[in-house]
Amino acid sequence: MAAPVLEIRGVTKAFGDLDVLRGIDLEIAEHEAVAVIGASGSGKSTLLRCIDLLEQIDDGDIFLDGEVITDPSVDAPDVRRRLALVFQAYNLFPHLSVLDNVTLGIVRAQGVERAAAQETARSLLARFGLAGREGDDPDRLSGGQQQRVALARAFAAHPRAMLLDEVTSALDPELVGEVLAAVRDLKEAGVTMLIATHEMGFAREVADRVGFLHEGRLVELGPPEQVLEAPERPETQRFLRRLLEAGRA
Amino acid sequence: MALILTSPGWPEVREKFFDVDEFRDTFPDIARAFWLDIRVFCIVEVAVLVLGLVVALVRTIEAPALFPLRLLAIVYTDLFRGIPVILLVYLVGFGIPALDLSGLPTEPVVLGGIALALSYTAYVSEVYRAGLRSVHRGQRDAALAIGLTERQAMRHVILPQAVRRVGPPLLNDFIALQKDVALIAIIGVAGEAFRVAQIDAAADFNYTPLIGAALLYLAVTIPLARLLERWAPGYSGRTVA
Repeated sequence: MAAPVLEIRGVTKAFGDLDVLRGIDLEIAEHEAVAVIGASGSGKSTLLRCIDLLEQIDDGDIFLDGEVITDPSVDAPDVRRRLALVFQAYNLFPHLSVLDNVTLGIVRAQGVERAAAQETARSLLARFGLAGREGDDPDRLSGGQQQRVALARAFAAHPRAMLLDEVTSALDPELVGEVLAAVRDLKEAGVTMLIATHEMGFAREVADRVGFLHEGRLVELGPPEQVLEAPERPETQRFLRRLLEAGRA
Repeated sequence: MALILTSPGWPEVREKFFDVDEFRDTFPDIARAFWLDIRVFCIVEVAVLVLGLVVALVRTIEAPALFPLRLLAIVYTDLFRGIPVILLVYLVGFGIPALDLSGLPTEPVVLGGIALALSYTAYVSEVYRAGLRSVHRGQRDAALAIGLTERQAMRHVILPQAVRRVGPPLLNDFIALQKDVALIAIIGVAGEAFRVAQIDAAADFNYTPLIGAALLYLAVTIPLARLLERWAPGYSGRTVA
């Protein structure tokens, strides 16, 4: 069997006295999409930020294509060029046009020639339904459009894995669908993904496996139908019951 | 206004400060001298913009290796922002030549420019620093996440946004600097507008030349102020995250 694209072994992370990750083990195979669900504060975002080296882990190891990336001697920008993190709040660059938001990374970090980068960016924006918006300022777009630009920006460099951090949480409900469609498109294209999400329906549909993160531990991991329909752990059962009561499952 | 025009001293004030003939005789000289003010202002302003940014970056970058430089930048800012500009002009203008070291400038206009640059760099560095700190941390994260290095993130993402935001306060400091150029007159810079106006006024105890100098300063500072107003509404609304 091929080596996993991402391998997380015994990762811990604390902020001061607060233990956010308490020993996470997870492997993500090529073309696989793993969704991580859990309450706010359960450590989902921190896990993704640790993988993208935006936070330093306290203990454990993270491997990308079999290479350890959490060693202090590793060149962090080089690792991040092979990964792509998409943020809940989009974090588009407000001083750049939509097109430049997508090309900045591939031109400056990947060394792609500007004309070729623009070509790539235009076709990606068109793929995500944003043709004709290339010259706009990001703040002229709706939240859903901005998040699709963020997805295009992240995918432009053809990362080995995409890390999606609650990409629909900041959106009005009617805009969630268009962003999920773009993620579905990426999944169909075979992109390896780790998705932190609140959208149970989406996790069920897109993810090959679903993990339940509870108080910094991945307490349950398996196929969506098992974790979401017949969870074994009482913590998962409680979480899903509360979601059901809130009408979100 | 009516109070001024009906005051008992107004006829004398009008004669001493608003004498048309005196204005006509002295204004061309003062206007020529004002060209020196403009040149000093432009040179000092460019130096301040560059040095202020350097000081702000040194104070902003968190690398532990830069701690001594950061400490130096903090001491510099505290010191030169805390001393009145007029005092600094005196200290530099008379202190540096008194050292009698070869290689150091002795020209009053150069020393005056250095004093102004030292003071305004300290102010402007704080304006830049506020701008850098105002850029949301998510912008740095996003820049790093697309594979940029810290330096590239600063250059292409954080700095452009910070500079755009601090445009209006920077312009405010430009206006203050433009006025403070007059202070270099006190260390004997010949041919400076305020100095020329003072000499003209002292020749016959008519202060109209000072009004001429004031008008010249206003001719620069008022357009700058209008420019600032045009800039101000546009700079705040562009930020998303």
